[in-house]
Amino acid sequence: MRTESGRESGRESTAARRRALLAPEANRSNALHPGAWWVWALGLGTAASRTTNPLLLGLLVGVAGYVVAARRSEAPWARSYGAFVKLGLFVLGIRLVFAVFLGSPIPGSHTLFTLPDVDLPEWAQGVRIGGRVTAETLVFALYDGLKLATLLICVGAANALANPARLLKSLPGALYEAGVAVVVALTFAPQLIADLRRLRAARRLRGRADRGVRGLLQVGLPVLEGALERSVALAAAMDARGYGRTAAVPPLVRHTTSVLTLGGLIGMCAGTYGLLAAEGAAFGLPVLLVGVGAALGGLWLGGRRSVRTRYRPDVWGVRAWLVSGSGIAVAALMIWFASTDPAALRPGVVPLVAPTLPLGPAACVLLGLLPAFVAPAPPSVSAPVPAPPPRKEAR
Amino acid sequence: MIRFEDVSVTYDEAAAPTVAGIDLAVPEGELVLLVGPSGVGKSTLLGTVSGLVPHFTGGTLRGRVTVAGRDTRTHKPRELADVVGTVGQDPLSHFVTDTVEDELAYGMESLGLAPDVMRRRVEETLDLLGLADLRERPIATLSGGQQQRVAIGSVLTPHPEVLVLDEPTSALDPAAAEEVLAVLQRLVHDLGTTVLLAEHRLERVVQYADQVLLLPAPGASPLLGTPADIMAISPVYPPVVGLGRTAGWEPLPLTVRDARRRAGSLREHLRHRGGQAFRRAERVGTTPGAGHTSQRASRWPTWLSTRRAQRTPTEGTAAVTENLAVRRGRVEALHKVDLKVTPGETLALMGRNGAGKSTLLNTLVGVLEPTTGAVRISGRTPHRTTPRELIRHVGLVPQEPRDLLHADTVAAECASADHDAGAAPGTCRALVSELLPGIADEIHPRDLSEGQRLTLALAVVLTARPPLLLLDEPTRGLDYAAKARLVEHLQGLADAGHAIVLATHDVELAAELAHRVVILADGEVVADGPTADVVVSSPSFAPQVTKILAPQKWLTVAQVEAALVSDR
Repeated sequence: MRTESGRESGRESTAARRRALLAPEANRSNALHPGAWWVWALGLGTAASRTTNPLLLGLLVGVAGYVVAARRSEAPWARSYGAFVKLGLFVLGIRLVFAVFLGSPIPGSHTLFTLPDVDLPEWAQGVRIGGRVTAETLVFALYDGLKLATLLICVGAANALANPARLLKSLPGALYEAGVAVVVALTFAPQLIADLRRLRAARRLRGRADRGVRGLLQVGLPVLEGALERSVALAAAMDARGYGRTAAVPPLVRHTTSVLTLGGLIGMCAGTYGLLAAEGAAFGLPVLLVGVGAALGGLWLGGRRSVRTRYRPDVWGVRAWLVSGSGIAVAALMIWFASTDPAALRPGVVPLVAPTLPLGPAACVLLGLLPAFVAPAPPSVSAPVPAPPPRKEAR
Repeated sequence: MIRFEDVSVTYDEAAAPTVAGIDLAVPEGELVLLVGPSGVGKSTLLGTVSGLVPHFTGGTLRGRVTVAGRDTRTHKPRELADVVGTVGQDPLSHFVTDTVEDELAYGMESLGLAPDVMRRRVEETLDLLGLADLRERPIATLSGGQQQRVAIGSVLTPHPEVLVLDEPTSALDPAAAEEVLAVLQRLVHDLGTTVLLAEHRLERVVQYADQVLLLPAPGASPLLGTPADIMAISPVYPPVVGLGRTAGWEPLPLTVRDARRRAGSLREHLRHRGGQAFRRAERVGTTPGAGHTSQRASRWPTWLSTRRAQRTPTEGTAAVTENLAVRRGRVEALHKVDLKVTPGETLALMGRNGAGKSTLLNTLVGVLEPTTGAVRISGRTPHRTTPRELIRHVGLVPQEPRDLLHADTVAAECASADHDAGAAPGTCRALVSELLPGIADEIHPRDLSEGQRLTLALAVVLTARPPLLLLDEPTRGLDYAAKARLVEHLQGLADAGHAIVLATHDVELAAELAHRVVILADGEVVADGPTADVVVSSPSFAPQVTKILAPQKWLTVAQVEAALVSDR
């Protein structure tokens, strides 16, 4: 509908349309599947493992960092990214230190400095400590360390972006118990640390030193005792809330499950034996495969005993496809470039040449930025605002 | 809805049954309050309803408990999960997941409800309990009252017909407790849920109960009746009932409102007594129990009287804080706190959960370091004083007294307390015998009752003879008898010259003990003055007697009783 204020409303609607193009604010129903973040991050990691070009690796780190900065939430796990970056730098440092002190098989002519050689006994032949340190050695170690660091940073990005509890919830039903155990452990760990602090403070109240290793050891037992009591209370609560309820399963299905599981296990044992033993190579593999199949079937049938349903599972939607797809694309293109243009991805060390930025691979790394635009944005709260306590009228 | 048929429970290795002769029925849609002194088997009785006793705890159940027609002998707790919801005392040990919404859904997931049903019920429950704003919040970041509401919500979503709650408001401040109780009342009225509830703080809950189930003594058979009938004979009763009994009102009022209506003549009668004296010293002088005061003081070993406190340089102050501020992370837990505690004075710190009460106490014992400002305990800065030195000047009984107790027998605990304090061997044991007669040496601190454990921790702290004694939430989990004993001990200590600071939610305790009340809110002191003046003007911190007799300033039943006695 056009009116005299059409131009104005037109401008407003373009702004609105532009805003509509932006990713929505994240909430429970549009949350990105945590698996998508892992696929994306592992894609970047795979790409990093295919190159030693420091410019490309730097670009990968930049891409991962930008996406983390744009899409991470305020949740505690989101803070793990910094720790991973530090770990990456630490690994890089260690790699360089080793290269300096232990040398490397890289031949080189540009000697930077020479460390005193350490004479090692006969049995340690092949190990060298000290000696000539060449620029080639250092550059090679730097490239190599940078590759490891980039891998770690990619994993850190996945850690910061994907909610670990929700990831565990997307596990297949047969692994549900393991998932619960991990979630419970995740919530228990902070409580254990709080207990430890409280009990150390309590030592001070008894007039004992609250610092030092001895203090820590002495509170260890009470802390474990407390944790044990809490686990028993939790077990009681879980039992009373229906954990481990089973559905009535017809006897035929139950027996089939047992037969399949047991038979599968026996088949796997026999098959493995056949594969390893010299005379049974012919029947080994098929028996093993049949055994695995039977065991999986048993697990699947066994899952029917469980009555669990899932509340608001994360759905793998278009955005999840885009995010994971961008990671896969980066990995696939990088693998392809590595086979077609290996020189650009692995700049020479001997002789030393300055690395150049190959445009094709660089552009493909930038594909990894896609999640920063398509993944739902975390809600923009600067600080959690606690709800005001309910005021009561004076009576 | 719940039927007990001649039920008795005997735990393994116990000589006598913990509960016996229970033969009654709880009708549908009632809120039944379970009362009785500590250790009479309230939790055991609650456990039999959810099937946790005996399936989880062990022991032998005789007789039969049926819930909604299901026999708990043949149904395990998990098979009762859809008809019984259980919430324990500590909500934190109840949570399986990490966010509010997931926690509400957990029970339904276990029962295998359809996803759309789950979604609808979660939304309904969020609204019912007022949790909608918190739905995505990690549970660990919630306040105590919110956590308790989430715990209740998490068992409500499967739509149980029976809700079993063990002391749901013990750990909560008065406002948060009212939040939780309002929710319970709504469930009973709107959804027809049957609620079975055990609680020590009767002043909070008795008016909501349709029936009261009294367990008078361990192993004794229970009494079920209307709240007024049971309160008339119960050994545990809230102050409003105490006042009613004193004034001889019939039937007994259970709410402040009922009592106020009856109190016209009593107020008239008391008015001509003029302004009531509020210093506890004077109060004690007028109570019928006054005769015991001198005995009580003399019951304390003479060295406990704080002549040593007078030897310290800063005579006249046990603790001073000046412009004190404490930051924990980005939170300013305390802000500009100026406080002075004098010897012989009892000070109650009040305020909602998270107002900074525990932080202030921890700063006074040097566990936390002030960010700005100064703390002085008898002239020393606590966080720079060695622990060994400090315990002779200030002692703290923490919220969980068990934290202080490390040894596995009472005797070992006492020996190590003597060693820590550098006191003569046997000092602590003498104190324990004094405060807690009849405790065997070999007993494990864990096997003591809540009140006994608190007293043991108190004795351990007192071994070092600190002139300043701090107690954090001392009445949590104590029944009225244990509380009365604690009050007596603390009054004795105050008479002996100790300065006492209590952080508490228990308004009745503050009314009985404190000379002065300091109210903290968001880390700041918002009120500081004589108990009567501060609590009378506050709706949530006023004790029941004050509410009934306002605008006159009466605090406890004992005061009123004394006034009436002296009139006759």
